[in-house]
Amino acid sequence: MSTRPRPPGPRTGLLLLPPLLWLGVAYLGALGALFLAAFWTTNEFTGDLVRVFTLDNFRELFQGSVYRTITLRTLGVAVLVTLVDAVLALPIAFFMAKVASPRLRRLLVIAVLMPLWASYLVKAYAWRGMLSTSGPLSWLGISPGYGLTGLVITLAYLWLPYMILPVFAGMEKLPDSLLEASSDLGAPARATFRRVVLPSVFPALVAGSIFTFSLTMGDYIAVKIVGGPTQMLGNVVADNYGVANNLPFAAAYAIVPVIVMLGYLGIVRRTGALENL
Amino acid sequence: MTISGRLKAGLAACTGLVLMIVYVPLALVVLNSFNVSKSFAWPPSGLTLRWWNAAGHSTGARHALLVSVEVGLLATTIALVLGTMAAMALQRAHFFGRNAVSLLIILPIALPGIVTGLALNNAFTTIFGLSLGFFTIVVAHATFCIVTVFNNVQARLRRMSSSLEEASADLGARPSTTFRLVTYPLLRSALLAGGLLSFALSFDEIIVTTFTAGGHEQTLPIWIFQNLFRPNQTPVVNVVAATLIVLSAVPIWIAQRLSETDVVGAG
Repeated sequence: MSTRPRPPGPRTGLLLLPPLLWLGVAYLGALGALFLAAFWTTNEFTGDLVRVFTLDNFRELFQGSVYRTITLRTLGVAVLVTLVDAVLALPIAFFMAKVASPRLRRLLVIAVLMPLWASYLVKAYAWRGMLSTSGPLSWLGISPGYGLTGLVITLAYLWLPYMILPVFAGMEKLPDSLLEASSDLGAPARATFRRVVLPSVFPALVAGSIFTFSLTMGDYIAVKIVGGPTQMLGNVVADNYGVANNLPFAAAYAIVPVIVMLGYLGIVRRTGALENL
Repeated sequence: MTISGRLKAGLAACTGLVLMIVYVPLALVVLNSFNVSKSFAWPPSGLTLRWWNAAGHSTGARHALLVSVEVGLLATTIALVLGTMAAMALQRAHFFGRNAVSLLIILPIALPGIVTGLALNNAFTTIFGLSLGFFTIVVAHATFCIVTVFNNVQARLRRMSSSLEEASADLGARPSTTFRLVTYPLLRSALLAGGLLSFALSFDEIIVTTFTAGGHEQTLPIWIFQNLFRPNQTPVVNVVAATLIVLSAVPIWIAQRLSETDVVGAG
């Protein structure tokens, strides 16, 4: 049963005021100020803020080959991590939703959820141990060491539950009768997967990819732990602020992932993925 | 449904393999906390309780743990109040800008942590003139924790019919009485689930925290990160990490006890 839509009364206004004040002032205001700071510079000698509007930061971002490389590398890693997670999530989610008995399914959901509660930092640290020169992967002779490959593995590991859960939810919604109809009509398993399963869980895959993409774009902690010399967008932002004390440049570069994510959300809105979050 | 036995076996093998990849690194951390070798040489040449003993005496880790728990509890309290208010306001009324408010609540978690961290750092220090420390960490954490409570309460309200509340009002109860006697009991498990997620989110956060903590205050993740690269400290860091892995079973256990509630999505 549904309530009739009511115009906002004084009660709604009173309820909404504190959260809106908090988020509007503390957060939206902060974002606005950051956006503004991206158009300032710092004095080269004193390091003081120069509050004069300029596009210098953005010019440097797009023309400097170093930053272009780092931006493209970050995007590439985000795409790769998303693909790895999608490939790993599809079979396990299908198994959980369509093959496992209800009892086994409950256990698997817990097994997948449990590492989600384990600390992000601890999981990145766990891979530092796996990849280290005295670690088990080196002992087996298959460790890629600290660097880009190790980073992709670690990030894919970190965000995997964020991909499995929406895909699993999508698989659960997929009616068994569709799969039966497909095989009754003579489709081999591969065709059923490609033409029935994949299209129906696509919005769920996209929903998962929002997490894997956004989380990869902003990460710099895992990069420092397992990335070796690799520089990613997050590191440049963090170092420009923390080491070089150049807030305007850090702010300008931090806008890049925001634009990428807003663009991505704009594109995927049409797939209905946002209702799957 | 007809899934061939071979396909089933293949899928089961994939599932087993993925779960193995998920758990082996975590098991390694726990095992290494007993490894005699300070550099965690593999395979371990012997086992010891020395590092656990050393970690028990690490005042830095203990203090950081305390800060993390305090921040998590305070941020969760604020998030519970603000998140519930926002969910109730948005649920029962339809007005222009409703979607904008939902977006505003989700934004702090949807944007990369480094953007949120940098924005809050800049606002705290240059606009409000605050010095970074305990207070600013709590404010920052509460900001991105609101969404977990909001989502859980909103989902519950959507399934709840408003007739009980209307009956209460018709029988003459004031809004505060209706909330205390009718709405709150119905929301309780959703609040618990949202609060649990919020605490876990705060307890684990490092990126926003790095930008809002300043030089003096250390949460547990910051302590781990700062000691991670010090060869002398790594065995103690490893013990702390092993403890956190074991502790992560606790919220799952609580979630199972609340089984009628959905505590699934972390977003």
